[in-house]
Amino acid sequence: MTNHWIDIKNADVILVMGSNPAENHPISMKWVMRAQQERGAKLIVVDPRFTRTAAKADVYAAMRSGTDIPFLGGMIKYILDNNLYFKEYVANYTNASFLVNPDFRGPGALDGVFSGYDKEKRKYDKKTWSFQMDENGIPKKDHTLQHPNCVFQLLKKQYSRYTVDKVSSITGTPKEKLLEVYKLYASTGKPNRVGTELYAMGWTQHTIGTQNIRAMTIIQLLLGNVGMAGGGINALRGESNVQGSTDHGLLFHILPGYLSVPSASLTNLAAYIEKYTPKTKDPRSVNWWSNRNKYIASYLKAIYGPSANQDNDFRYTWLPKLDEGMNASWLVLFDQMFKGKFEGFFAWGQNPACSGANAGKVRTALSKLKWMVNVNLFDNETGSFWKGPGMNSKDVQTEVFLLPAASSVEKEGSITNSGRLAQWRYKAIEPIGQSMADSDIMNELYFRVRELYRKQGGKFPAPIVNLTWNYGDKDKNGKIAKIDTHAVAKEINGYNHADVYDKKATPPKLIGKKGELCATFGNLQADGSTSSGNWIYCQSYIMKDGKVVNMMARRGKNDPTKLGLYPEWAWAWPVNRRIIYNRASVDLQGRPWDPKRAVLKWNATKLDAKTNKPGVWEGDVPDGPAPPMNDTGKYPFIMKPDGVGSIFGPGLADGPFPEHYEALECPLEENSMSKQRINPTMKLFAEKEDAFFSCDTRYPFVATTYRVSEHWQTGVLTRHQPWQLEMEPQQFVEMSEELAKEKNIKNGEKVTVSSGRGEIWAIAMVTSRFKPFKVAGTTVHQVGLPWCFGWQYPENGSGGDSSNLLTPTVGDANTMIPETKAFMVNVRKA
Amino acid sequence: MSGRPEGVNMSTIEKTRKALLLSPELCIGCRGCQTACKSWNQLPGMATKNTGTTQNPPDLEPSTYNIIRYSEIPSETHDVRWLFVSRRCMHCDDAGCMKICPAPGALFKTKEGAVAFNKDKCIGCKLCVAGCPFDVPRYDAQDKIGKCNLCADRIAEGLTPACAKTCPTGAIRFGDRDELLSSAKKAGYGKVYGEADLGGLGALYAFKDAPKIYGMNENPAIPESVVFWHKVLKPLSVIGLGGAIAGALIHYAAVGPHKDDEEVK
Repeated sequence: MTNHWIDIKNADVILVMGSNPAENHPISMKWVMRAQQERGAKLIVVDPRFTRTAAKADVYAAMRSGTDIPFLGGMIKYILDNNLYFKEYVANYTNASFLVNPDFRGPGALDGVFSGYDKEKRKYDKKTWSFQMDENGIPKKDHTLQHPNCVFQLLKKQYSRYTVDKVSSITGTPKEKLLEVYKLYASTGKPNRVGTELYAMGWTQHTIGTQNIRAMTIIQLLLGNVGMAGGGINALRGESNVQGSTDHGLLFHILPGYLSVPSASLTNLAAYIEKYTPKTKDPRSVNWWSNRNKYIASYLKAIYGPSANQDNDFRYTWLPKLDEGMNASWLVLFDQMFKGKFEGFFAWGQNPACSGANAGKVRTALSKLKWMVNVNLFDNETGSFWKGPGMNSKDVQTEVFLLPAASSVEKEGSITNSGRLAQWRYKAIEPIGQSMADSDIMNELYFRVRELYRKQGGKFPAPIVNLTWNYGDKDKNGKIAKIDTHAVAKEINGYNHADVYDKKATPPKLIGKKGELCATFGNLQADGSTSSGNWIYCQSYIMKDGKVVNMMARRGKNDPTKLGLYPEWAWAWPVNRRIIYNRASVDLQGRPWDPKRAVLKWNATKLDAKTNKPGVWEGDVPDGPAPPMNDTGKYPFIMKPDGVGSIFGPGLADGPFPEHYEALECPLEENSMSKQRINPTMKLFAEKEDAFFSCDTRYPFVATTYRVSEHWQTGVLTRHQPWQLEMEPQQFVEMSEELAKEKNIKNGEKVTVSSGRGEIWAIAMVTSRFKPFKVAGTTVHQVGLPWCFGWQYPENGSGGDSSNLLTPTVGDANTMIPETKAFMVNVRKA
Repeated sequence: MSGRPEGVNMSTIEKTRKALLLSPELCIGCRGCQTACKSWNQLPGMATKNTGTTQNPPDLEPSTYNIIRYSEIPSETHDVRWLFVSRRCMHCDDAGCMKICPAPGALFKTKEGAVAFNKDKCIGCKLCVAGCPFDVPRYDAQDKIGKCNLCADRIAEGLTPACAKTCPTGAIRFGDRDELLSSAKKAGYGKVYGEADLGGLGALYAFKDAPKIYGMNENPAIPESVVFWHKVLKPLSVIGLGGAIAGALIHYAAVGPHKDDEEVK
């Protein structure tokens, strides 16, 4: 989230598209409905199905799964055609004015692809996706936005093709509905009107997932909604701490704090820093990532401790590296496992046998392992895969271990929610039976693995035996009896290992004392004098007035801005900023665009306590302390190398502007936007288990998967809970009355749903909440299935099995997140 | 005269009467209320089936004191209108169940106005089923009554009923009945369902449209026969006929021959 949960109450228009907060984030609806009730805010819901969220909408628009880009592209066109964009914001705070390489061509000119496409490699050479530079190496700009090569004009050109008629014929949304949504949402282009967007897996789990979000980002920048209270673009995270786990390096390609995982060709720290530090020659751009060297050095210092110093590159060589071009995301990992490339697997807090796309392939992949460790609260379809449907347990050689894990209320620690709020939680009860906190399980493992490396040597013992592991008192064998979570949190925050000085001050000023917790990431150094396990969490556990303070445990209820920022409640990264890019919420002189909901304002006369000079920001923690932009000051988007919001986004694999491509499996022979039917850069998998079928009469209906309020993810935690199971006991498939009639299916009867990967039974829920779509002159039916069921529990099989047995093995071109929100199935009477 | 227990007099209840304000417009159908109710009241989950609707269990059960009813109805503005309405005991002021109940203390009113029950004193006659205009009371396998009691144990200690406590959107609010009524009116609900029906309900509904759209009777009332027999026969049990016998008699007179459990679930 750029903003945070409570902030939804500050919006004038709330667009829910790609999410279903009433069912999957029920608490968020408190804020949505408070905005509706108290401020007359309007809720727009765009979803293929009339959901529980749609039931609360002021405007509901049905849209065929996988057509978000045409829907939003049409909105971009509407905003531009009707001059509804926020001109001052767009001209100054985005790259709309930047001049693009004259050789750049868009999909309109090249029939569906951007310039630089290599058909063989299914990849772009992005040379032409660049800006024209002036003699100082700064992008050339035209603030009048008239130059034919400026981003603004290219944007106009790109979306001139997304006419309402065309969009309607692709999405299946009636024209007047599209216009109603466009008109209402575009009303937030005024300084005193703000719109927010709430999305989740309904946007990400597509082969064009990243571009779905990009399309909305463009809209939010055009309307000046980024940085504003009640605005932003807000990912509703699907698990309570998934934001925290992503921050701390859960994904294969990022280390904690969004530092890139090095590839093997980067053989030393200097090469790594050179490659991953964005550069700018524009003195007005803060380019915060230019501090990357400090964060990686402090990270290495945190994990390798005293053995890491400047002379040995802080043991950079010990970091695991990816082979050049290697992708180790979910689909690839299980593809490799399927091919027998793994011996062992830790399924830690997950249930891939039900949660993984193409779950049948996943289950077969598990059978190729020699061993698996299942760490969970309950046994699940993953741990018991060898006795699941279609498995001959005699043929399966995988040895499975179950390590019972403690639940969240049986351990202490922090949890980071979607709003980047890290909040400390306490242990309510001791873990039951032999179950242990995850950290204690890791501690046991680490001690044993380290002992083996110490005794037997092994191929590369240094990174293991030298890992810092000072998380509690050691017994006589050197083993820590129990992990002290506070010690971990402090390591994440980081320490000063020497007295640290601000060298820009004359004389240099002491900003951190040796041995103390580091105060803020602004103090982190590249010379080994500081450590921080995750730079964005630096300031979460600090030394204040001689006392150690766990900022995440704070419970202050003050709300000085009256916007619900609650700056003394817990702690949000970065540096307790509650709304990021907040310097875009003020005009060039530092006056809030909307004084009624001022996130920030510049007080030119008040003395800055640190510098003793006049001029301070009041309100939220600003995105950098620099004075207002004016004509010569710093740009507001400090994490971007150019300092402005990217309407033109050359960093992605599949284009600098979002372009419509159909899902890998779709009901249409042709993409009516161009000759390029599917995302030209998506990775295709080649096993027969990965088969996909478009426009195949065997699988004529569009399908999507989703969660329900009553179950948690694959249901491992909730299917064992009789109260939850009572409310949602069985796999179901929702379909329109029209489709049910066509297939002679009665409400409540058992049906079979099949795809190119597998089939399951489901109870038909025939509903007027699903309606057939009119797409390209034909009728397209869509159905929807939850993915919270599995064969193992309830034990009598009454719940059915996972709908992921149907979903395809294909992912987004940028992130590789599987496309489970748009694929093709058949439905028939069982 | 309504069935108030001795010891808690009318004026006490009027001063302290609490209520729930249920606002379907604010309900998102998440059913946190169903789970919270079972959690607090230690009620078991039962084996159910999906019958082609989200609503489950399909109706109130001896171990299910509240449910959300889901109904899809035509809409002028949307493709459909999907209503989520909390169904539970209405905690009538003039409670038909109490009026007809022949077992002293089996049903009683708390000082907050909740219609509560004592399973130990319930004789299993099921007369309350006939006396209830809302088809609320249910009987468990031991033939004992089960229904929402407004979390009588919680509210006696100044706590909020479990359902209202857990509701994320304020669709279930608990408080002083008078205050809830006036806040609903302030929010633009000219008529609040339950304001005056049956002496005033303890479960008030803020309906945007006619009650029947939400599955509610326009004018709920206790069956005439129940009222009559309450006046004539019920005193017999007090005189000493014995609750069970009196109960059977009243049941026959008021409801007719006992059909079986199916009609009372």
